[in-house]
Amino acid sequence: MSPAPKAAVKTGWSIGPVTPRVGLNIAVIATLAVVPAYAALTGNAFALTLFTRVVILAIAALSLNLIMGFGGMVSFGHAAYLGIGGYAVGILAKEGIGSGFVQWPIAVAAAALYALIVGALSLRTRGVYFIMITLAFAQMIYYVAIGLDRYGGDDGLTIYHRSSFGGLIDLSNRTVFYYFCFGLLLVGIYLVWRIVNSRFGMVIRGARSNERRMRAIGFPTFRYQLVCFVIAGAMCGLAGALLANHTDFISPAMMHWTRSGDLIVMVVLGGMQAMFGPLIGALTFLVLEEGLSRLTEYSNLILGPLLLVVAISIHGGIDGLITGQRGG
Amino acid sequence: MLYFFEQFLNGIQLGMLLFLLAAGLTLIFGIMDLVNLAHGSLYMLGAYFAATFADWTDSFLLGAMLALAATALTGMLLEVVAVRRLYGRSHLDHVLGTFGLLLFFNELVRLIWGPAGMTLSLPSEMLNAVEVLPGLFYPLYRLVIIGVTLVVAVLMYLLIMRTRLGMLIRAGASNREMVGALGINIKLLYTMVFGLGAALAGFAGLMQAPILTVQIGMGENILIAAFVVVTIGGIGSIRGAFVASLLVGLADTVGRSFMPDLLHTFLTESASSSLGRALSSMMIYLVMALVLIARPKGLFPAAGK
Amino acid sequence: MEDLTKRFGGVVAADGVSLALPAGELHAIIGPNGAGKSTLIGQLTGEVAPDSGRIRFDGQEITNLPVYQRSQLGLARSFQVTTLFPDFTALDNVALSVQAHSGHSFHFWRNAQSEAELREPAQMALARVGLSERAATPVADLSHGERRQLEIAMALAGRPRMLLLDEPMAGMGPEESARLVELLRALKGGITVMLIEHDIDAVFALADRISVLVYGRIIATGDPAAIRADHAVREAYLGEGGADG
Repeated sequence: MSPAPKAAVKTGWSIGPVTPRVGLNIAVIATLAVVPAYAALTGNAFALTLFTRVVILAIAALSLNLIMGFGGMVSFGHAAYLGIGGYAVGILAKEGIGSGFVQWPIAVAAAALYALIVGALSLRTRGVYFIMITLAFAQMIYYVAIGLDRYGGDDGLTIYHRSSFGGLIDLSNRTVFYYFCFGLLLVGIYLVWRIVNSRFGMVIRGARSNERRMRAIGFPTFRYQLVCFVIAGAMCGLAGALLANHTDFISPAMMHWTRSGDLIVMVVLGGMQAMFGPLIGALTFLVLEEGLSRLTEYSNLILGPLLLVVAISIHGGIDGLITGQRGG
Repeated sequence: MLYFFEQFLNGIQLGMLLFLLAAGLTLIFGIMDLVNLAHGSLYMLGAYFAATFADWTDSFLLGAMLALAATALTGMLLEVVAVRRLYGRSHLDHVLGTFGLLLFFNELVRLIWGPAGMTLSLPSEMLNAVEVLPGLFYPLYRLVIIGVTLVVAVLMYLLIMRTRLGMLIRAGASNREMVGALGINIKLLYTMVFGLGAALAGFAGLMQAPILTVQIGMGENILIAAFVVVTIGGIGSIRGAFVASLLVGLADTVGRSFMPDLLHTFLTESASSSLGRALSSMMIYLVMALVLIARPKGLFPAAGK
Repeated sequence: MEDLTKRFGGVVAADGVSLALPAGELHAIIGPNGAGKSTLIGQLTGEVAPDSGRIRFDGQEITNLPVYQRSQLGLARSFQVTTLFPDFTALDNVALSVQAHSGHSFHFWRNAQSEAELREPAQMALARVGLSERAATPVADLSHGERRQLEIAMALAGRPRMLLLDEPMAGMGPEESARLVELLRALKGGITVMLIEHDIDAVFALADRISVLVYGRIIATGDPAAIRADHAVREAYLGEGGADG
């Protein structure tokens, strides 16, 4: 077997000695796996809540990493899909449709549809223009949500019953819900891993690396990037449905542009192009945010400069630190 | 009809304020290639400084001038201490780093000034209304804003086109290494450009302060609008920023005033009201989307960018 | 039989350029810098739109086709300034080229790097340019000359019918240049080649015909001997001396 080329996407799996990266990934998974037990033993229900949020946002960050880390498409409007997914669940719940079998596919489809529209219009632009136009589209949907008086408008809407799956699984049980989300996350990581290493993934990564060359050798890059964008939007829509269930509440704040900023932070922090990067980034960011807010009322005084330091000094995020590679 | 003209003037006034912000942003982007999300924070600081200094000195004018100086200084300090380390990195790193600065400044303001916000009152002469058209009275202060900003725009044009500093700025935009090789202190140039951008932002903030409240997070919304302006106008182009800010200012104001009525012609009262609010908030993004579809690099893309 | 016709009065940089290349010919374009060679390639590949005129490839009108479609039709190019995929290995780079020409890429599951269908032709292309030992090397670690060779390999990997080579020998050492000359000589007759070059020795050794491009106009076209003897050419170009670019 040829030496693993740099281009092979690094994953948590490797034949041979356990590398630091693999070690970290295993540690993270192990930790997450025992959270409910820990919460039950110590009576700390908040831990379960926090980590459920970590897992859900990790799925959202994972979808962003697909287009941003691997595809080079920096979307500053990714929280929009969280919102669309969440609102699909919330709106349907309010209208009396409580079945997850109906809500969730619609959530995913709606998010995918919006991603299709946004992508079709935005992917013709590049660089900072792309960042701005994706931001604009997220703002648009944000204002639409504020205008939806029937569904809470600016104040938001409470969801009284979580999505029901007819006895198959009880999402109102917090522990069950946690493991369900965790399972989806692991499935998601595996799927992204496969996609990124497939022919499709190669096109996406090649387009990030050198788009001009990709077209010169014969790839119609636009359509591949669009499909990738839609996949990411759909995945994030699913995360939105999960989030709505988790908080039992939806509001336009889910789609505020600072939420999109948070997602970008998570991806960069964890290490773009690393499979477990988004999870590590989400974990670090949310735990840090939570910890700082307990330390001081003015947590952003520390968090803000910290982000700046990360931007200035750490190449490749936490994953880069671990593997000693300057990538991304 | 008079109402329309009033809204038209409001649109121009908003456009002028957007221009102040967008000009700084586009300069910083064009010359240092930096995406600066913290620009709105400087706008906010300008307003807070003005409210505080005006309070101390009991003079709006004095407070404004001090605030302008303070914001420019803060900007330059920020550049030297933090921002310059971002030069040359990817735009993503810029977004991340300046996003952190934005969070920091919001928190800092909350720490120093408290969460409640402030007010800045105008000298009484400014509160008068001027008869702009027969039957239409428009606040003097808003006219002052329009006038002063136009003067600033002209000054900027002269600065960029006619002075040595402006030449350096333009040269720096097109070829950084050359300017550096010519022995010109690029670092100092960048600091000054950043300071200029900060001054413009602070100026916009303090001018806007008497009309809107002075509060935390006031920078965010207008910042996005300013980015929209820069994107529409073309990155690096002051002229583009001017045209685009008028376009956006008008689109937003006129859209907000007339959208509900427009919709009311074929929708119910409540539907047209909420939909109208939603649509008018989206106006500027729709404009941007349309422009980018037709011209992916904005209306006046600076050559070579 | 293949027949390439270009007839275009283009941007100011290309002024009524008309050329016809029969299949299998190796046609060299020479001319001083700034003569419009890059614009010419740009128009041929589709990156630059001509103001007027038409381009036909094997009887088919391609003037309005986008870049990637021309590549799919069998028109491959190499770049003057190396334009590779820096994050990948040499083999991955070429494999991408192969992949572009093996059907659509909406395959989401199989690991592309394990597909023999892609790797083997890539290995062969690398062998042809003499880069076999460097297959697993990341592009960042390749020497300049090796990168130029990789450029050629990528253009070849898609099994094109015509090659547009933009100063392929620029920056190559004598050994590498010699190898490239041999490679091109072997390709002649099978693939049509349009070679833009400054290296006069190579040009005269390889070309079936030569065109001289000066300030956007072709001032002469003919076989090497005729070009060598042509007065206008000597004045405009060869007289300036130097077989180096």
